[in-house]
Amino acid sequence: MSNLNMVEAINLALKQEMEKNKDIVLLGEDIGINGGVFRVTEGLYKKFPNRVVDTPISESGIIGMSIGMAIYGLKPVAEIQFEGFTYPALDQLISHAARFRNRTRNNMTASLVLRSPWGGGVKALEHHSESPETYFAHTPGLKVVIPSCPYDAKGLLISAIRDKNPVIFLEPKKLYRSIKQDVPEEEYAIPIGKANILSEGSDLTLITYGSFVRTVIPIINSLPYSIELIDLRTLSPIDYETIINSVKKTGRAIILHEAPRTLGIGAEISALIMENALLNLEAPVLRVTGYDVVTPALKLEDYYRPDEAKIKRAIERVMNF
Amino acid sequence: MKVIKKFEIKRIGIMNEKGIANKKLMPRLSKEDIKRLYELMIITRVFDSKAIALQRQGRLGTYAPTLGQEATIIGSSYALKRSDWIIPSFRENGMFIHRNYPIDMLFQFWAGNEAGMSKVKEVNMLPVAIPVGTQLLHAVGLAFASKFKNENNVFMACFSDGATSTGDFHEAMNLASVYKLPVIFLCQNNQYAISTPLSKQTGSETIAQKAIAYGFEGIQVDGNDVFAVYSAVKYAAEKARKSNPILIECLTYRLGDHTTSDDASKYRTEKEVSFWRSKDPIDRLRIYMQKNKLTAKEYEKKVLEDAEKIIEDAVAKAESIKLNPEDIFMHTYDELSNNLKEQLREFRKNVKS
Ligand SMILES: Cc1ncc(C[n+]2csc(CCOP(=O)(O)OP(=O)(O)O)c2C)c(N)n1
Repeated sequence: MSNLNMVEAINLALKQEMEKNKDIVLLGEDIGINGGVFRVTEGLYKKFPNRVVDTPISESGIIGMSIGMAIYGLKPVAEIQFEGFTYPALDQLISHAARFRNRTRNNMTASLVLRSPWGGGVKALEHHSESPETYFAHTPGLKVVIPSCPYDAKGLLISAIRDKNPVIFLEPKKLYRSIKQDVPEEEYAIPIGKANILSEGSDLTLITYGSFVRTVIPIINSLPYSIELIDLRTLSPIDYETIINSVKKTGRAIILHEAPRTLGIGAEISALIMENALLNLEAPVLRVTGYDVVTPALKLEDYYRPDEAKIKRAIERVMNF
Repeated sequence: MKVIKKFEIKRIGIMNEKGIANKKLMPRLSKEDIKRLYELMIITRVFDSKAIALQRQGRLGTYAPTLGQEATIIGSSYALKRSDWIIPSFRENGMFIHRNYPIDMLFQFWAGNEAGMSKVKEVNMLPVAIPVGTQLLHAVGLAFASKFKNENNVFMACFSDGATSTGDFHEAMNLASVYKLPVIFLCQNNQYAISTPLSKQTGSETIAQKAIAYGFEGIQVDGNDVFAVYSAVKYAAEKARKSNPILIECLTYRLGDHTTSDDASKYRTEKEVSFWRSKDPIDRLRIYMQKNKLTAKEYEKKVLEDAEKIIEDAVAKAESIKLNPEDIFMHTYDELSNNLKEQLREFRKNVKS
């Protein structure tokens, strides 16, 4: 057991999986000697010189190549330097990575992992604070995983690497170094597709993922309500059973995310609740999200991201409906 | 000021329209090889005309014809080893046939059944790729993995002139060069991308010269001359096997429509088409074979009849296949998620009622 931040936990997962599985190859921009711009791959090039590959600035190329590598029996784990630069690779992800299995009726699969820093709250330039998760989650054939703490990051990344499908692994960069946790030295896998109930409650179900999981814990603790906190962990395939069971118990639900509201994950979960737990509801299901605007640059970013006041207001509204 | 770089592009042609081959350049091919090339070009053409006919009868989906491109398709494929890989776009049916891919499965594919591409791995090919240019990056990844495993395989990535305008083409060329990968970039330059002529696709005089910018060799070949295509790809495979990527531009012509949904007479003249018809790659090889006593009327008749029989049998087999509608669910992931299980239950109810 050691006390690690998320960067270190991910690094440890990569190292341990690479030791075990010689087919794992990391590729991405500046991930070799430089260890990646966030230092997530620090030291790995030294340990596995042939298996940590620096690439030219070719995001479509990185993912397109990864598809070929996966088909040929390697396990590519690609790093896209920032989430805003996954867009040049969307064609390869949507048109090919997600489809090879279906297109060949299981004859070939592109089981790659795409890792990328994700989300805002770090006062960065344009394109460096985006929440593109819906694009991926809306694509049949891809899985989408977002950890909310170092412990989960290690266990979920190990599962992502062992998964037989293409997995998009988004790392909340706000949490990269802001929290530390005891992380077991040995390997462990946290299942993809299962949400995590972080605290049980009977009044309200609060559903979120990524860095907002950390934001809401003190808020929940400061309020007089019994709130059940669900960390989705996986956005696709979504664990609707856990969500529905919880809402059937509490009768109230709020979904919280940073991504724009319209057609976001919150809309999907809200619809799921309507279809499966309507008669249990005591109040409307609310979404607390970013606005449907271009992610603002750092000066105005705080006006965009849901803050404590906004979250509390939503909770009061639902509780006093 | 001084010149720091000059370049030249070679063009290979071995056999002219009159079926006369340059003995000095003629590749080493046995009589049997030459006959086999002829037979493969014929069956490619028979497949093609059958596919068009089936589409007209509503028995096939939209189909992309290959008439006129047979020398490029077969000559290149024939120059590779079976352990080498072919990464097709959508006009390489003849390569599948050459690799003994079940022809009925090709028909299944073009009839709109994904199962038609379910044995590609067994013949070291990728499935047909429709988004133009994207498959070139897969070839780079395959080649990277093969080199990583210390193998000695070559990866022939097929595309056409239109694909050279895509970003993925440039990324693939660059990556193959940076990592010194065993990739042959095989351009079937059929001079049109739907209605867009080559002159509106690129300002370059040749496609071959695009390789120079990436640091490797590019060669232009008479794509209607099966001996030239074979020779060039044979040479390319040797180079690629030593980790030198290479671009081969086969200058040919699409005699048919872009697809069965297209009418090429809208954008090109009959004069132009008949000029290229006079350069027909199969006629050219046949004349060569007649001159060199490699063929006789009997033989030609038999080759055609055999091909027709094989194609007819394949069509019959393809059309006897029953599809399972539930297959649309089964291969999205390795296992059905709970979400998909739920949707499958709903699907079953809908299908029954
Ligand atoms: C990325 C992309 N854009 C557009 C299309 C539609 N489309 C299909 S074939 C084609 C022309 C392709 O031309 P070329 O690469 O020269 O190949 P050819 O059809 O001549 O074999 C187009 C525009 C496509 N399939 N993919």
